[in-house]
Amino acid sequence: MAPPTLYRSHDGRVVAGVARGIADHLGVDVVLVRSIFVLLALAGGAGAVLYGAFWIVLPERDGPEPPPGAVRGRVPRARDAGLLLAAAAITIGVALLLETLGLLPGSWLPFILAAVGLVLVWLRSDDESWSRMVTRVQQVGGGTEPGSRRVRGVQLVAGVALVLFGAFAFLASRGAFTDVGRVLLAMTVVLVGVALLTAPWLVRLLRERDEERRARIRTEERAELAAQVHDSVLQTLTLIQRSSSDPATVQRLARAQERDLRHWLYTPVPDATATLRGALEAAAADVESAHGGAVDVVCVGDLALDERTGAAVAATREAMVNAVKYGGGAVSVFAEVEPDGISVYVRDRGAGFDVDAVPDDRLGIRRSIVERMERHGGKACVRSEPGRGTQVELHLATSP
Amino acid sequence: MSGLTRVVIVDDHRLFRTGVRTELADAVDVVGEADDVATAVTTILREQPDVVLLDVHLPGGDGTAVIRHCVARGSASRFLALSVSDAADDVIAVVRAGARGYVTKSITGDELIDAINRVADGDAVFSPRLAGFVLDAFSGAVDATATDDELDLLSPREQDVMRLIARGYTYREVARELFLSVKTVETHMSSVLRKLQLSNRNELARWASARQLL
Repeated sequence: MAPPTLYRSHDGRVVAGVARGIADHLGVDVVLVRSIFVLLALAGGAGAVLYGAFWIVLPERDGPEPPPGAVRGRVPRARDAGLLLAAAAITIGVALLLETLGLLPGSWLPFILAAVGLVLVWLRSDDESWSRMVTRVQQVGGGTEPGSRRVRGVQLVAGVALVLFGAFAFLASRGAFTDVGRVLLAMTVVLVGVALLTAPWLVRLLRERDEERRARIRTEERAELAAQVHDSVLQTLTLIQRSSSDPATVQRLARAQERDLRHWLYTPVPDATATLRGALEAAAADVESAHGGAVDVVCVGDLALDERTGAAVAATREAMVNAVKYGGGAVSVFAEVEPDGISVYVRDRGAGFDVDAVPDDRLGIRRSIVERMERHGGKACVRSEPGRGTQVELHLATSP
Repeated sequence: MSGLTRVVIVDDHRLFRTGVRTELADAVDVVGEADDVATAVTTILREQPDVVLLDVHLPGGDGTAVIRHCVARGSASRFLALSVSDAADDVIAVVRAGARGYVTKSITGDELIDAINRVADGDAVFSPRLAGFVLDAFSGAVDATATDDELDLLSPREQDVMRLIARGYTYREVARELFLSVKTVETHMSSVLRKLQLSNRNELARWASARQLL
């Protein structure tokens, strides 16, 4: 497991838990860390400043291990380096300031610490109230992140202003504006440190917001699924229970439901009836629910429908109806889109018939298929033999 | 019992397994059942069946995981995928993992028995929809410089066979239509299956990887 990320520890702390947190993170004795802080503090006050900086920057955590699922206050490893860098920059800047002004180390430290502390209070308002506020803003405004971002911006600006104000007040009180160049350099270092400190925090807030949005999308998807299942599957099951004495009806209901669900699960585009594949599948579904039976469509390639290909779909539909009514068994429909045209085959496994001895009533059917195709520049033929089922072939050359 | 094909059924729905067992009745010898990946692998390695009827979606992984584990441990069993799914990535992924065929659960009992025996004999089994996917995947030109490989193209004869299968023809009917022997049709099918498993055509790779990412 990776070493624990950097936190302020709540348990076993003396002041703010900074030393304990660092010790946990590095896996060393807390006494060592504390000693280093004290030594640094005695040797020019750097330890105290560093401690203060960590206090502000580090999130607080209850135990040595984060509670499961605790998103708040989680510091990614990559942030540690940034934190250390920022704290170091602040410390160097303050030390530089002190040295420039020729101050006795320690005499003005409380004032500086207070100023920096104020900034920190502003910047690190309690994480929990933060995310609560963000949530509320999103709930009220239906997800208006700009609102929360504005709040965050105000906080940031106020923090920076405080730092500047504190620094200048301090300098003015010492009449130290003579050394402007070095002072500005020192100030810049401090400001850069503050910027580095706040950046990871902003990143974390953005991440939390994304997390919330994802959770909301998941909830919506779940609701949609529940609605779909309720509207379709549960209704059908009820119908099936009521008509359980009628096998044909049960089969039709089950088949239609299966098709619906399949379509919903596996078809990426909801309305695809404008393409050959979608139109054929819709036609098969219609025929199935109107006449019973099972029609399986396999389509290779696809194209957008126009008037002529639309006519081919209509002819195919007629062929499907025949196959279901007069044929029997499973009806297979195969359509292939080739560079120069489309071919559709409708096949049943019924009794078949002698094509040369077609009865009169089937003539009309042939007309609606064969003549319709010919009108649109295509052709159709019916092949059948007694005992071997019937096959209708449709071909239509697409315009070059 | 020695003449019957030995079969293991892998599916996470008990009712479905029972139904298949009933349909298969005395035509094959069902030697085991399993309802997840781990049990399936143990059962298959223990029983060494001729054919495994394999559901594509399983708890603890999916059908491809079962095939990989068994093949890695030297099992000689052949796999026939059986699923409700019509999604290309499901079908292609399981075939590329090593399944000898793919049929949907709406298949009739007799057709299923026929398919099991074909797979047991080392032949390939294509449902009309799988044949449609094959034609889709192998349609369109391939970049001639990107492939020097017969794997990336179907021969005209193989295309004819696939078209007829997609139109719902049985092997026997395909043979009659094309004036071939059933044995020749079976040879073409095995060849197509091999291309399906080994070809690097983009469509196949895409379908296969789409499944693994899920």
